[in-house]
Amino acid sequence: MRKSLFLLVGVCVLAYVAGCNSKTSKTLPILGSRDPITKVVDGKTITDTLYHSIPDFQLLNQDSVLITNELFSKGVYIANFFFTHCPSICPTMQRNLLKVYEKYKGDERVKFLSHSIDFRHDSPSVLKSYAEKLGVTNDQWQFVTGSKAAVYGLSDSYMVYTKEDSNIPGGYDHSGYLLLIDSNRHIRGAYDGTNDEQIQLLLDELAILLKEYE
Amino acid sequence: MTRNTSLYTGVALLVIYLLFHACQSEQAIRTAQYTVNGQKLFTAHCQNCHGAKGEGLGTLYPPLTDSTFLLKHREQLPCIVKNGGSEMPPNPQLTPIEVAYVLTYIGNSFGNEMGIFTLEEVQQALAVCD
Repeated sequence: MRKSLFLLVGVCVLAYVAGCNSKTSKTLPILGSRDPITKVVDGKTITDTLYHSIPDFQLLNQDSVLITNELFSKGVYIANFFFTHCPSICPTMQRNLLKVYEKYKGDERVKFLSHSIDFRHDSPSVLKSYAEKLGVTNDQWQFVTGSKAAVYGLSDSYMVYTKEDSNIPGGYDHSGYLLLIDSNRHIRGAYDGTNDEQIQLLLDELAILLKEYE
Repeated sequence: MTRNTSLYTGVALLVIYLLFHACQSEQAIRTAQYTVNGQKLFTAHCQNCHGAKGEGLGTLYPPLTDSTFLLKHREQLPCIVKNGGSEMPPNPQLTPIEVAYVLTYIGNSFGNEMGIFTLEEVQQALAVCD
């Protein structure tokens, strides 16, 4: 009798521990389109998946320095699209991104990239002054400008809607998404930058993504 | 007889007390109404830049928590809301009563205690904007 009781308790403890261990750690999906590609490796034809990724870019930052994907290749980064005199969603979006920046300030694994969609007004010096007033004090957060074709083309790759529209206050229409990009240029998350719950989700998922690099 | 007198006195005092209180609470109700209406306008027109708690954003947009500044510039506030400031965009679509609503909300939130901005006060201020 006593033996079977011990057995029962033993089984329960085992089940509990096993249940605990079987909890797999969450990994983030790769967002965007995916295409099958066939290639020949060691004489064998294999099929692989080509995931959507951010293309090569070359943009001018707030210090008038040309920056490329290379700057972001050693860790993860969060990208968005804005303009400095945006009267609508940008201040809220940047206020929220600033919270993430302040949390990871000094942590070189995380960078920030804000693209201006106002290619007429937002020169590097305007971006520099904006960054300082926002409270950005190091180069972890880059503010960039480029030709309309370059920036608007990139926004498509980030799956962010951008459009010049004189009927919109400020003259430009765009969505306020924050995109989480990994070191392989894959989009791992998209979050509404104006929504507090989405910002919390971004913070949670950023921590999950960083675990991939530990 | 004395019992009646004291009863009458008591009732009279009670009436005076109630009248006084009704008057007081009427003002309080009005301020509360303006504040509620003002909160909606604040969310639509001010919150993006100045923040849900009036905290501002860096030095890009000033906070609305500086009670001393607000008290000192009380008379200019309607003009700033309506016509904009040095870098602040104007809000020409806001009517004087809406300016009163939004200022009553700001003036009695975020730690500010400015009381009600009446329609009359706002109209007078708007008449002499720079």
